[in-house]
Amino acid sequence: MTELKKTALYDLHRSLGAKAIPFAGYEMPVNYPLGIMKEHLYCRKSAGLFDVSHMGQLVISSNTHSMKFIASELEKLLPIDVLGLSEDRQRYGFLPNKEGGIIDDLMISNRGDHYFVVINALRKEIDFKYLRENISREIDVDLIKTRALIAIQGPQSEKILSNLIGELSSLKYLDVNNFSYKGEILWVSRSGYTGQDGFEISLPNSLCEVFCKNILDQDGIEPIGLGARDTLRLECGLCLYGQDLNETITPIEAGLKWAIQKVRRTGGEREGGFVGQEKILNQIEEQPYFKREAFFPDGRAPLRSGTKLFSDDSGKNEIGVITSGGYSPSLERPISMGYLNHNKFNVDEPIFGEVRNKFFSVTLTKLPFVPTNFKRN
Amino acid sequence: MKFTEEHEWLESDGDMVKVGITEYAAEQLGDIVFIELPDVGTSVTKGQEIVVIESVKAASDILAPLDGEITDINNAIVDDPSMVNNDPTGEAWFFKMSLKNQGELDGLMSEDEYKKYIE
Repeated sequence: MTELKKTALYDLHRSLGAKAIPFAGYEMPVNYPLGIMKEHLYCRKSAGLFDVSHMGQLVISSNTHSMKFIASELEKLLPIDVLGLSEDRQRYGFLPNKEGGIIDDLMISNRGDHYFVVINALRKEIDFKYLRENISREIDVDLIKTRALIAIQGPQSEKILSNLIGELSSLKYLDVNNFSYKGEILWVSRSGYTGQDGFEISLPNSLCEVFCKNILDQDGIEPIGLGARDTLRLECGLCLYGQDLNETITPIEAGLKWAIQKVRRTGGEREGGFVGQEKILNQIEEQPYFKREAFFPDGRAPLRSGTKLFSDDSGKNEIGVITSGGYSPSLERPISMGYLNHNKFNVDEPIFGEVRNKFFSVTLTKLPFVPTNFKRN
Repeated sequence: MKFTEEHEWLESDGDMVKVGITEYAAEQLGDIVFIELPDVGTSVTKGQEIVVIESVKAASDILAPLDGEITDINNAIVDDPSMVNNDPTGEAWFFKMSLKNQGELDGLMSEDEYKKYIE
């Protein structure tokens, strides 16, 4: 067994009493003594600090070419509007493969002289290699290892963070800016993975522990582990790569059409021209029959990732699968999302999930389970 | 009280034994949100999966500690699974069972032995 990697906050996690699990090659906190349920509710009500340093941070830049050139190169891979992304703005995107499946989903920021991209922990080597092989050699792609990544999420996050780095009210949802702390530069975006207002902060590894200790010294914030991170994102219907997204599911099937701006769609000014365009643009027009959906299990048993779905309670007609599911601490009931093959059933038919050879009925619902709350204005 | 390596406790209750999970197990499982108990009258053999327990994190099984028959179940923990986190060795017992061989109870760990076991 290869040894697990440690983030810059490893010692802090231990001192806080975290329960550690291996995740994406790192030893990561799944929860702290508060436990997943209370951590989740605390973040929704006040604020939470997350270590997400296992995620990949890419800097894409060029000494010889303009940002416009880099954006054009990226648009050959990404079906999103990169050229139209203003300086110090961030946007969601994904890297499709030739068949329209998703190599990874990501957040990309225009930082004036480079693009900053946050990618999934499990996919960082794959993404890095793919980008390196598929964009001009005159563009530098760096997977940076000298910086940690943390998130501060929840309604009190602005107040808490501003105590350390100053006024943040002008930073709106998906704005990005630099802030300084103890002589070092923090890259701060107003975004996150909880469906709530909050911030993600890239900062030097050497500064991370002292910064986080000072954050946790503030009132109204608790450390939150990966367990609650998962329940928080699920309540807001956010996809987890490797469960809800993979190389065989297209962004349209995943319900991510909104992330493909009109300018890249059929009839747009820069229509197509990206990897996987044929499948993806066709599906925008024709609506896929295989689609991500939201479910409320009718009983109390959580229906988790991998649960097969049937249109009958005897397991004859398989119509889909749960890709993420669990207990919602906010709603105090189980919630699930997954994929349904609409060719194989009618929406007015019942749906059953099979767990431990038993069939549990579920009801189709709409995402998100819990409304999002971003600071847009 | 006697203890198994599967982190169950057993307590004599007349001709029956009352069975639950230890504080250590409850803490390891985290916030419990769903419990499925066996039917009264079910014959069980040692090591058989008889209870499903789901925490926020994951599903796990509880195994029959010894051979016997289920004689009573605690529906209160089905209605409010968080009881198991709050009072695992008291109010939140899981089921009662009659043992096929009463003597087998003595072969299980004592409290001191269990404490050493989980260290």
